[in-house]
Amino acid sequence: MLEIKNLHVELEEEEKKILKGVDLSVPAGAVHAIMGPNGSGKSTLAYVLSGRDGYDVTEGAAMLEGKDLLDMEPEERAAVGLFLAFQYPVEIPGVGNMTFLRTAVNAQRKARGQDEMSAADFLKFVRAKAKELDINADMLKRPVNVGFSGGEKKRNEILQMAMLEPKMCVLDETDSGLDVDAMKLVSDGVNALRDAGRSFLVITHYQRLLDHIKPDVVHIMADGRIVKSGGPELALEVETNGYADILAEMEVEA
Amino acid sequence: MTTALKSAPKNPPAQISADTLPASGAWATDARADAAGRLADMGLPTRRDEYWKWTKPDSLISAQPDPAEAFDYGSEAPIFDPIDRVKIVFVDGVFDADASDPLDGEGLEIERLADAAARDIHWAKDLYGVLEARGQTPVVRPLAAYNTAMATDGVVIRVTGQVNRPVSIIYRHEDDTSDAVLHHVIRVEEGAKLTLLENGAAAARFSDVTEVDVADGGEFHHIRAQGRCHDRQAITHMFARLAAASVFKSFTMTVNGKLTRNECVLELLGDEGVAHVAGAALGDGADDEFHHDDTVFVTHDAVACESRQVFKKVLKNGAKGVFQGKILVKADAQKTDGYQKSQSLLLDEDASFQAKPELEIYADDVICSHGSTSGAIDEDALFYLRSRGVPPHIATDLLVLAFLADAIEEIEDDVIADEVTARLDGWLARHRG
Repeated sequence: MLEIKNLHVELEEEEKKILKGVDLSVPAGAVHAIMGPNGSGKSTLAYVLSGRDGYDVTEGAAMLEGKDLLDMEPEERAAVGLFLAFQYPVEIPGVGNMTFLRTAVNAQRKARGQDEMSAADFLKFVRAKAKELDINADMLKRPVNVGFSGGEKKRNEILQMAMLEPKMCVLDETDSGLDVDAMKLVSDGVNALRDAGRSFLVITHYQRLLDHIKPDVVHIMADGRIVKSGGPELALEVETNGYADILAEMEVEA
Repeated sequence: MTTALKSAPKNPPAQISADTLPASGAWATDARADAAGRLADMGLPTRRDEYWKWTKPDSLISAQPDPAEAFDYGSEAPIFDPIDRVKIVFVDGVFDADASDPLDGEGLEIERLADAAARDIHWAKDLYGVLEARGQTPVVRPLAAYNTAMATDGVVIRVTGQVNRPVSIIYRHEDDTSDAVLHHVIRVEEGAKLTLLENGAAAARFSDVTEVDVADGGEFHHIRAQGRCHDRQAITHMFARLAAASVFKSFTMTVNGKLTRNECVLELLGDEGVAHVAGAALGDGADDEFHHDDTVFVTHDAVACESRQVFKKVLKNGAKGVFQGKILVKADAQKTDGYQKSQSLLLDEDASFQAKPELEIYADDVICSHGSTSGAIDEDALFYLRSRGVPPHIATDLLVLAFLADAIEEIEDDVIADEVTARLDGWLARHRG
């Protein structure tokens, strides 16, 4: 599904190297997790995959089902099936959440050569998905993320994911700012979307989220590279011992 | 009766003299002569005048208007077309009876200005040029005085009850060099309610003055669309006097137009009155000049009144926006709640916006504030939308409409608000990139 090869990325403005050769392969239907200390480049990887401005890719490639992501505009990446659940979902005053969702769904359908969804069908669709995530009618009416609590914003991200039905979901610290109940709700939402044709890349600081969203593979990222990969037990090891031991073992400076 | 201009005008307008004032009945002749005298005293505006430094008055006061090509609607329905309304049509500044609806009924008295002015006695006598004259202090508005002196057509409307349908003044511009001076007078009687719609360009160049008097508990709603005519030059004035517990709400959408200056002068004279004036202007200077100026003066002269000014401008390719807005709170106007917002969204570095927000407050128990901002599209919001698959032009349009939302929200009627939003959306679609 997602193939990242030797990806090197610098900040556009200050020539600071953030990613220094990331190699990562997420097969179809798999859930991979990336953990790592602050500043290791996890969020940068998420942003670069989604096409945010401000980064220079100096070397390497990122492909989604064989298509070169780095050559595409952000909306084209979304249309081929990439979705980023933001660590900090953006507030858009004046744009109703429902309008936002309908615009997004129909834009992607159009890009894929499908007909736009009728207003009635859309309403039915969004209500069903919203109910699963305990998102009430008020949250759908309000401007996008404006006045939403941390938990509501993250649930709104998962709602978008559920509606856009992407192939490759990147979750950037979706657990940050969530209480236990909200984490369960969000995780259930993600788990409901797991299927053989859909892959996940779950970026997190904490093992806790991975109790709910069970990963097939856990990667440790440090200093702009994947330094160690393993099964779910690797996350437990981090939780118990911190990153220091692993980094020392791999001879990486944190 | 003879009309003599007062002596030594500092900057006499060439077009105006006793001989050229339009023929009228006695009261109107007096009102015109009075206005001509005031104009002679104040002179025409120049760039040296405080409130004209950002807008060149030249093309508004030149002997001949710059030609403006009439817009061909083709198969496009003009705005407000789907709305059931009483239509009053002016073509190049002249009332067109055939194209208009019958001017009576439904708690309404509508007359053509010329007919009202021809009579010896008319209720409009107490308003025509009267509210305009009141609005000359403390800031002079010479082009409004000129209009009172020279207006050749217009309507006078008296509302005595609940009017079921909006009154809709439709301006059609057909002659590329037409020059219109129109003056309307509106009296909303106690507890009565009127919605007035205006759309279209009245002429290649036009001056439009509307005097509105709202009695106790009366309501006046005004939605105006200035669009679809690229080279027109326009100066409009709205003078309103508001009695106790009355409501005045005016919204103007402006798209296109080489020069548009909308002045609005509101006086809250009765307790607990509400006065809102709002505008959404979209300007693209790529193919045609665009200069838009909102100049507003709100006077609180009664207790517990509320005023709002909400002006939004979206500008690109050298389009220019100006906002000059003032709230004056007199010493007796306690419990005043006044707010003024003027914001521009500059879609590129060539566009410019100049704002002069002013508060002058003599009462001590008031809530008054103003906020004026200039900004660009929020890049984070744009990226967020694009990451969800929304192409940048659609995302930008969505963010522009979001920016305009609180001005559009000033329109109370949802059907009219939707109609305005659809027009704004259409303009955005035509002016992408």
